[in-house]
Amino acid sequence: MSALPPKVARAGGPVLGGGRSPLRELPERLIEMLIRLCGWSAIFFVFGIFFFVFREGAPFLFHGLDLREFFTSTNWNPVSDTPHYGILGLLVGTLSVTVLAMLIAVPLGLGAAIYVSEFSTPKVREFLKIAVEMLAAIPSIVWGFIAYMMLNPLIIAATGAPIGLNILNAGIILALMSVPVIVSVSEDALKAVPDSYREAAVALGAGRWEIVYRVLFPAAKSGLLAAVLLGVGRAIGETMAVLMATGHANQIPTSILDRVQTLTATIAAELGETVQGDDHYRVLFVIGILLFAIAFAVNLTADLIVKGIRGKQNG
Amino acid sequence: MVLGRLLLAVGLSGLAVLLSSVVACSHNSRDDSVGTIKVTGSDTMVNLANAWREAFEAGHPDISLQVKGGGSGVGIAALCSGKIDIATASRPMKPTEIETAKAKTGKEPKEFVVGRDALAIYVHKQNPIESISLGELAEIYGENGKMSAWKDLDIDFPACSGGEIIPIGRQNSSGTYAYFKEAVLGVKRDYRQGLTSQSGSSDVVALVSKTPCAIGYSGMGYYKADLVKMVKVAKQKGEPGFAPSVESALDGSYPISRPLYLYTLGEPSGAIQEFIQWVRSEEGQKTVEEQGYVPLPKEPAAK
Repeated sequence: MSALPPKVARAGGPVLGGGRSPLRELPERLIEMLIRLCGWSAIFFVFGIFFFVFREGAPFLFHGLDLREFFTSTNWNPVSDTPHYGILGLLVGTLSVTVLAMLIAVPLGLGAAIYVSEFSTPKVREFLKIAVEMLAAIPSIVWGFIAYMMLNPLIIAATGAPIGLNILNAGIILALMSVPVIVSVSEDALKAVPDSYREAAVALGAGRWEIVYRVLFPAAKSGLLAAVLLGVGRAIGETMAVLMATGHANQIPTSILDRVQTLTATIAAELGETVQGDDHYRVLFVIGILLFAIAFAVNLTADLIVKGIRGKQNG
Repeated sequence: MVLGRLLLAVGLSGLAVLLSSVVACSHNSRDDSVGTIKVTGSDTMVNLANAWREAFEAGHPDISLQVKGGGSGVGIAALCSGKIDIATASRPMKPTEIETAKAKTGKEPKEFVVGRDALAIYVHKQNPIESISLGELAEIYGENGKMSAWKDLDIDFPACSGGEIIPIGRQNSSGTYAYFKEAVLGVKRDYRQGLTSQSGSSDVVALVSKTPCAIGYSGMGYYKADLVKMVKVAKQKGEPGFAPSVESALDGSYPISRPLYLYTLGEPSGAIQEFIQWVRSEEGQKTVEEQGYVPLPKEPAAK
């Protein structure tokens, strides 16, 4: 996965090259610099994008936006003569869809990972891994189309809901989109548990399920958690598919058959036709800042939990 | 970083365009006979303008067009600053805008009606409803609206389980959203919260076709007889309803239709004049009809 640590790479060069002439080291150094640049570029991009989003949103965030209304009102009507910028409905929409998606995707993804890693024959494993990778390769607009044209009538027929674009629909679609992430990361985590653990458990007379539950889960805990949180990130950030699957209606839902509107879908639907620099344009960037903050919080939590687990294991 | 810079540059240039169009409303004199005609404005008309561009350029290889959207207001402001040659608009210029243009440029904006746009009301194919009034539509779509079930309209529609009306509209930055609000709800009333909004005209029709309880508005050009049903619209409850058509839109009996405009600064000449004449000719009007809008009557009233 990760590149060799710099020291090893540096020491390796001259040995392979045979001599120690400065001329020989030059390409070596250049490549090293290039790779270092690649490493740092990720940070540049993140800060660059954050700076841009913040700069577009900030003028309205600090002058004009009523933060209390922003977080507590469900009235999102930015183009009215008396505009209202309440995103409570959008926040609840994002949250409800994400929670339902995770309720479906986590058991499904972990179950699939356990089967692939522990129970399947090598042939079946290869086949399933390819299938899961293909699931990950489906573009989100195609998922949206499936939600719109296939799941919508199916949900109407199955539940009697007046419209099949709702939390249930988006939850199913987002779950299917997150499952490949969860499966491949948690399968890696399970595979990384040394076989000696399994052998020791078998020697102690543990059954297969006991091995998974009592030995593998605790050993792979941090990797499995990372998998789940990556899935959460996928679900919160998804835009195109939820725009089509949720019904895109701003209201506080009372059941999973209600339509909702998410933060990401609001930006996607409205930004294209706003006048650059006006309040509506800027408030959409404020939502972007909020999404940044949410993503940051999710990642930070994941990091802290993983570090906490590691710390305990090492100490 | 590069991306950040690029985005910055895009953002800044956008701001610059806006500022200059607000601050300096003066028309640069230009040679109208040269190459590129810049057309900016209404989002409703972007597809139409692009279709015009393709057809017109095919017959006039020496003239090219540059078509952009942004909204009617954006196009009119850009016309005043001389950044473009023709503004497309799905609403007439306001008196204040005309005054500004006159004061700043000394030229009077010239208006050309180039067609009409009619918004049709769509329901599911099996829905028995035949006609609906503007007042009923306002109660379905408007803030504090009183109609939320099909039985409120005296429609018995068992295929819609639960009987709830699911009103479908457009996203709030769309020109269609703005026009439907003005024509049906009036200037003062807002839409109610919780409307399902779609990002494209054809999306509205597609969703209605799959959802028995739904009602939706979209351009009449998006009608597909095998998918959805078009409802007749009456001005008042009790009056006869009219289906949107070229005739009913032109004689004013269909209530949700609006003219589409082109604006130039002063009397157009050269390539611009040639283009506008072509748009109003039979060939240009054929494109209007093909794109699902209402063409001008056969004998266009001379402007």
